[in-house]
Amino acid sequence: MEFTQKHVLGLKELLYKMADDQLILGHRNSEWTGLGPMLEEDISFSSMAQDKIGQSLALFELLQELGESDPDTVAFTRNDNQFHCSQFVELPIGGYDFSLVRHFFFDHAEAIRFEMLADTVFEPLAMVAKKFKGEIKYHTMHADIFMKKLAEGGPESYGLIQQAINDNFGLALGIFEPGEYESELIEAGIFGGENALQSRWLAKVVPLLESFGYTVPKVENTAPALGGRKGIHTHHLQPLLDEMTEVFSIDPGADW
Amino acid sequence: MIIQSLDPRISRARLDDQSCDGQLSEHEHFETFEVFQQVKRGTHHQHVGSLHAPNPEMAILFAKEQYCRRGKSVNLWVVKTSDVFVTDYEDADIFETTEDKKYRDPEAYKVMDRINAYKARLNP
Repeated sequence: MEFTQKHVLGLKELLYKMADDQLILGHRNSEWTGLGPMLEEDISFSSMAQDKIGQSLALFELLQELGESDPDTVAFTRNDNQFHCSQFVELPIGGYDFSLVRHFFFDHAEAIRFEMLADTVFEPLAMVAKKFKGEIKYHTMHADIFMKKLAEGGPESYGLIQQAINDNFGLALGIFEPGEYESELIEAGIFGGENALQSRWLAKVVPLLESFGYTVPKVENTAPALGGRKGIHTHHLQPLLDEMTEVFSIDPGADW
Repeated sequence: MIIQSLDPRISRARLDDQSCDGQLSEHEHFETFEVFQQVKRGTHHQHVGSLHAPNPEMAILFAKEQYCRRGKSVNLWVVKTSDVFVTDYEDADIFETTEDKKYRDPEAYKVMDRINAYKARLNP
């Protein structure tokens, strides 16, 4: 099937939101480096944050092949209203409970998204999806074990995680905000769509958390934090971008 | 007195050394695990180091990032350090007698002469 202009626009929109989610959450999670609850977990969490930045680079490179600017320009010279990340990923790290539950919700969505993209008709993206399969599998394994062990750890850890699940759930639903070209992406076989992704994500995370003893809020009773995909962000994103681009902005033309 | 540590996080926490009474609960002081890495299927697992973790599952998680971030791995073992039986350094003399028993080394066998002769024939 020949791609029309709408297919290409939809594909770019998809790549931008994925790459921006990874870049911003990777940056956020790296804020824990040196502050993690214990040395070993500090190393693990920081390493996963680096993985996310690396994954975003691979997607920005695909965008460059589709005619967008080079990865550095795209990552470091846009303002908050040009970013397509969900509001969920831009929020401050909060406590470790908040960051862990965000990691759990986001990385399961990410894993399923990449699973769905493993047979996309846009082959370069299928290759990227396969390349990062193992990395993302470790991320969800890490998240699952933490959720399980903290449920077993006693009323304090269980209570903190349960509260963070309640606080995160509506924010996480913002990941699945539909884009403008959902039907084009589905029809062309590029991506199965945000609705399908959300259903598969719910079918994965809800039974899993319940098996650990947590209660998950109902989708019907939860307002999703929408807007991020359309460039509407919280006041937390621009300060993050200012910090992230601080060095780059000193000399944007420098050769690294 | 405020504890001064090489770890900036400890110094920042401004802990009073009088506040530590030496009693730590199980979850305040994790035990250590020994990590064994296998780089290729069929080869030996090799000891690569140790780490702190609250349980074996999390020890595996941490070991993966701490010891297998670079280079290839296919499998990991973690073992509680307290489960490893060790010899005493005072008993190190039990190993001493093996040194002079050359007949236990492969080179002491006569077959080595024939192998070397064969090698010499192959690569004159």
